[in-house]
Amino acid sequence: MRSVLPVLTVVAGIFVIWYLAAIWLNAAWAYDKASRTGEELGFVMLVADTWSQDKPKLPAPHQVGAEIWDTTVEKKISSKRSLIYHSWITLSATLLGFALGTGLGIALAVGIVYNRTMDMSVMPWVIASQTIPILAIAPMIIVVLNAVGISGLLPKAMISMYLSFFPVVVGMVKGLRSPDAMQLDQMRTWNASPSQMFWRLRLPSSMPYLFTSLKIGMAASLVGAIVGELPTGAVAGLGARLLAGSYYGQTIQIWSALIMAAVLAAALVALIGLMQRITLKRMGMA
Amino acid sequence: MNVIGARNLNLTFQTKDGPVQALKDVSLDIGKGEFVSFIGPSGCGKTTFLRCMADLEHPTGGEISVNGVSPEEARKARAYGYVFQAAGLYPWRTIGGNIRLPLEIMGYSKAEQQERVARVLELVELSAFEKKYPWQLSGGMQQRASIARALAFDADILLMDEPFGALDEIVRDHLNEQLLQLWRRTEKTIAFVTHSIPEAVYLSTKIVVMSPRPGRITDVIESPLPTERPLDIRDSPEFLEVAHRVREGLRAGHLDD
Repeated sequence: MRSVLPVLTVVAGIFVIWYLAAIWLNAAWAYDKASRTGEELGFVMLVADTWSQDKPKLPAPHQVGAEIWDTTVEKKISSKRSLIYHSWITLSATLLGFALGTGLGIALAVGIVYNRTMDMSVMPWVIASQTIPILAIAPMIIVVLNAVGISGLLPKAMISMYLSFFPVVVGMVKGLRSPDAMQLDQMRTWNASPSQMFWRLRLPSSMPYLFTSLKIGMAASLVGAIVGELPTGAVAGLGARLLAGSYYGQTIQIWSALIMAAVLAAALVALIGLMQRITLKRMGMA
Repeated sequence: MNVIGARNLNLTFQTKDGPVQALKDVSLDIGKGEFVSFIGPSGCGKTTFLRCMADLEHPTGGEISVNGVSPEEARKARAYGYVFQAAGLYPWRTIGGNIRLPLEIMGYSKAEQQERVARVLELVELSAFEKKYPWQLSGGMQQRASIARALAFDADILLMDEPFGALDEIVRDHLNEQLLQLWRRTEKTIAFVTHSIPEAVYLSTKIVVMSPRPGRITDVIESPLPTERPLDIRDSPEFLEVAHRVREGLRAGHLDD
């Protein structure tokens, strides 16, 4: 409970800055409008106007809040204007990509730890893959997969996978190598087979590293799914909402989609954090 | 037949600063049921010698046999249990689960595993702690659990590398007493590396004094003490005499420097 006050203070601070910035950024349009109708604009009028414009440069928090309320609670989930519906489209690609990325990451890490050739050759490629801007490669992936007849969920999930496998590889290589020389010697004295060594020592030892990687991978996955929706002219998903919003200058819609994405990411990472706590507690490691 | 037989064993490590001779012409026989301590300063090769017996290091010259075969064959036949300086219990397994680990690896049946875990826990007086996790036990209890783990399968050799080195004097005395009882009851052959003169003299039927640069054996002392050894035997003249000879041996090793 001690953390409530500091958190609320920071949130309040953000709101104050946000409202002030809204006045500052939207004032020009308010003055413009007033001069056209020949009105004299007082300070109170100015503030009221900057916080209630239809297409403000920066919408005020309560406008974004109202939009989110309107598009989640008030709309039916099946509606094309429901933010829940769009979130689900993005979430499904995120989760599929995350699962694929985690699988690929663990497989590569096992290969790197157990195969000397892979140890010497794979890591530079893995790192190089992450230096390519995802915005540049995402359209290529979509186009190429479309050409071979794969469309819909999978191309977006592939982009999520592309971003999320990286932290898993790095974390799992470290985790699988975390048993010390004594623990490995001990296994040797029992004449343990390589697979026994993996399942009974290396894999359990790597669990704390895995969960840390999964948290980063999950956030990267969501970014991947949203980016995957941008270049394709997708009609649904948070990325599509962002794109449509920017076409029509619907800043309120953009901000509500952004806030939704942030909430989604926070919830997913918190979920992994919970799994981490439960797993490590059951393993007696936390 | 000797359980361990080493003839002119040599081991040279290649390091950045040139070769280091860890063992030079080490010859030693250990008979069945003996309790042999290796004592000497750091770098005298006592741990390296033990690791050679366990097939964790490979000699660069000479011969060594364990149970009449090579150390590698002996390791594959699971002929010895090895107790390391740290207990090395897996934090995600209970005490019972940790002791079961080598049994799982060696393919004992579930019923047999359970029976053996119960038996060795009894042996080290930890029966009440089977379901506890390692962090719930003191350092001395953890080390007892690791000894139980080394006793759980049918190895008649026990190799111990400074198992009580990290424990305080009082716990150490108690564990030494327990270890002697255990040795008498199980009739295992024990090779025991230590830094402590009283510990070596109290436990051993044979004390091997080693000295460094290059690592070699400088003295082998057959203990005249009886097998029945209460803790206060350490105040007897015989005990002090053996301890004196060990100290002389250690000092002689240093005179060559």
